[in-house]
Amino acid sequence: MQSKMKESDPILEVENLSASTDNLPILKGVSLSVYPGEIHAIMGRNGCGKSTLSKIIAGHPSYNITNGDIKFLGENINSLEPEERSQSGIFLGFQYPIEIPGVSNLEFLRVSTNARRKFLNKEELDTFDFEELVKEKLEIVKMDHAFLSRSVNQGFSGGEKKRNEILQMALLEPKIAILDETDSGLDIDALRIVASGIKKISNAQTGIILITHYQRLLDEIKPNYVHVMSNGQIIKTGESDLALELEEKGYEWTDNFIKEI
Amino acid sequence: MVNENLVKDVVKEPYKYGFVTDIETEKIEKGLNEDIIKLISQKKEEPKFLLDFRLKAFKKWQKMKEPDWAALGYKKIDYQDIIYYSAPKQKEKISSLDEVDPKLLETFDKLGIPLTEQKKLTNVAVDAVFDSVSIATTFREELAEHGVIFCSISEAVKNHADLIEKYLGTVVPASDNYFAALNSAVFSDGSFVYIPKGVTCPMDLSSYFRINSGDSGQFERTLIIAEESSSVSYLEGCTAPMFDTNTLHAAVVELIALDDASIKYSTVQNWYAGDEEGIGGIFNFVTKRGKCLGKRSKISWSQVETGSAITWKYPSCLLLGEESVGEFYSVALTNNLQQADTGTKMIHIGPKTKSTIVSKGISAGNSKNSYRGLVKMGTKATGSRNYSQCDSMLIGDQASANTFPYIKSQQPNSEIEHEASTCRISEDQLFYLQSRGIEFEEAVSMMVSGFCRDVFNQLPMEFAAEADKLLALKLEGSVG
Repeated sequence: MQSKMKESDPILEVENLSASTDNLPILKGVSLSVYPGEIHAIMGRNGCGKSTLSKIIAGHPSYNITNGDIKFLGENINSLEPEERSQSGIFLGFQYPIEIPGVSNLEFLRVSTNARRKFLNKEELDTFDFEELVKEKLEIVKMDHAFLSRSVNQGFSGGEKKRNEILQMALLEPKIAILDETDSGLDIDALRIVASGIKKISNAQTGIILITHYQRLLDEIKPNYVHVMSNGQIIKTGESDLALELEEKGYEWTDNFIKEI
Repeated sequence: MVNENLVKDVVKEPYKYGFVTDIETEKIEKGLNEDIIKLISQKKEEPKFLLDFRLKAFKKWQKMKEPDWAALGYKKIDYQDIIYYSAPKQKEKISSLDEVDPKLLETFDKLGIPLTEQKKLTNVAVDAVFDSVSIATTFREELAEHGVIFCSISEAVKNHADLIEKYLGTVVPASDNYFAALNSAVFSDGSFVYIPKGVTCPMDLSSYFRINSGDSGQFERTLIIAEESSSVSYLEGCTAPMFDTNTLHAAVVELIALDDASIKYSTVQNWYAGDEEGIGGIFNFVTKRGKCLGKRSKISWSQVETGSAITWKYPSCLLLGEESVGEFYSVALTNNLQQADTGTKMIHIGPKTKSTIVSKGISAGNSKNSYRGLVKMGTKATGSRNYSQCDSMLIGDQASANTFPYIKSQQPNSEIEHEASTCRISEDQLFYLQSRGIEFEEAVSMMVSGFCRDVFNQLPMEFAAEADKLLALKLEGSVG
């Protein structure tokens, strides 16, 4: 697909990846490379395997890789634990961020940030220094300081949860961020805040994969590539206008591509 | 299911306190009868009233039946196969710590409870109990300056017989229950605390109970008296070596708070729990009760129960005085094949009395963890209030959690509130934390600490940090 010569090495390479859960095949040979500065969008019907792909890249224990490789910065990470993947710079923005009662959001963010900083040989932050850092990052997602003293995601509205995800992304400064339906459940204002947050955090050295159903996020963040997934495979890859075409013609239109594979 | 491989890789931290001290001991023969009781009393050079107390208790015990209402299953205890008195051999009279067998001092050093003048903990006075006897009590002179008596109960029997005779058995009568009767008959040592009128105890007091011998039971007895307008914070810790047999521990603790007095009693219980197959471990049958005798007196129990193969324990409050206050904050963690049946009784007798119960049970492995609690409003408890909150957390899919709340009200003008919840550490929660760079074990321990926060907040500072670490240690490798 990406036939033109790239100047740098890819951040993420997914090579012919097949995976299953409870012996049920979900991914059937997915290949995808993300280079620095690139934004990829993955679209497709519910159940096509897009969320599974994101979870497998992040190391979810419920899925078994049956074939193929995931490489991050040239290294095979198939057998790395989720925490090791996060520490080394892979970020998954959850479609449904999980509530964790009793664990303060501030403490969670600090422990998480320090785990990444430790990996980068940066000094770990104490409570006071972390407060300073987090204040600055709260601006990006326009979140109130009060969110920090609540339990992780507990009682947060859908929009607040998604902004909390982007706050985590801002703190962790990942090399690659996979954002799984970060736009779902957001009103127009929240969508703009989230989209502008993502743009602020990303740069020429980072890669982004946006998993989405809707063009409206892609209006805010223009992807370099759009991939369409169906039944565990990428059936078509194009540039940003593919998403527009998809919006117009619907997923039924893509069914024809399956026959071509 | 959850990160199976990682769990297998996690090195199981061995029980840190499982060592045995090799020391010459004086033991009496196995078995229980009147002669044994007379022998114990004689060894301790006790006054007649105490021997009578013991013998009366023994008669009652013989007529009683071991209780079977708790949600516990265990092999029948053979009470004739237990040694009821075991003490390290020492010189006849010890006048200072320098004369204590260095092996004993070393033992407590290893347990993190240094006793010698140079090394002793500076902010807390310690009574160290080894098997059946108290080895040493620190800071006695300093405390005496404030009129505070802190010594072993054996010494108190000798030097403060009037107080013992007046209060012993008044909160937990010998006939109260099977294990209390047994304890009353054979108790060997324990701590005694007396805080005089108007005195705020200048430092925390603490007893450290160590079981060393494998075939003898430990039957300690603690009595704390807080006179009018006095206050004290008391801490209790316990450990035992790893044996493949079960050791019986049946203690009685009695607290008495008079007008405006307050007693805070905190326990971190880490007796040996047995191995993964449930072999060995302490059988812990404990009766703890406090009497709020006066107006506005307050008794607060906080406990972190992590050890023992069997725990049977219900620290309770009798709220007699007007506006008196009872509190119970508990974290009980069971893993492998441990079983715990624990909770409290809040008996509201006086008017405008208030009680709070916060119980957090965590069950992992194949363990069984039950909360059992009674809240009773008597006919005169007008305007009294209770609030209970019982939360259970399940880790894995083999553990069980039960809640048995009993509520009895004979006073329509009183309020009882009960809240309960059960939750499970889910794979999704763990994955979420892990996907943010937080290690598996730390993720579990963060969630457990979060779950226990309300109780840890009640513990004295150093204790809270220790409890947090202890829980993390106990849970290693339990999620899977």
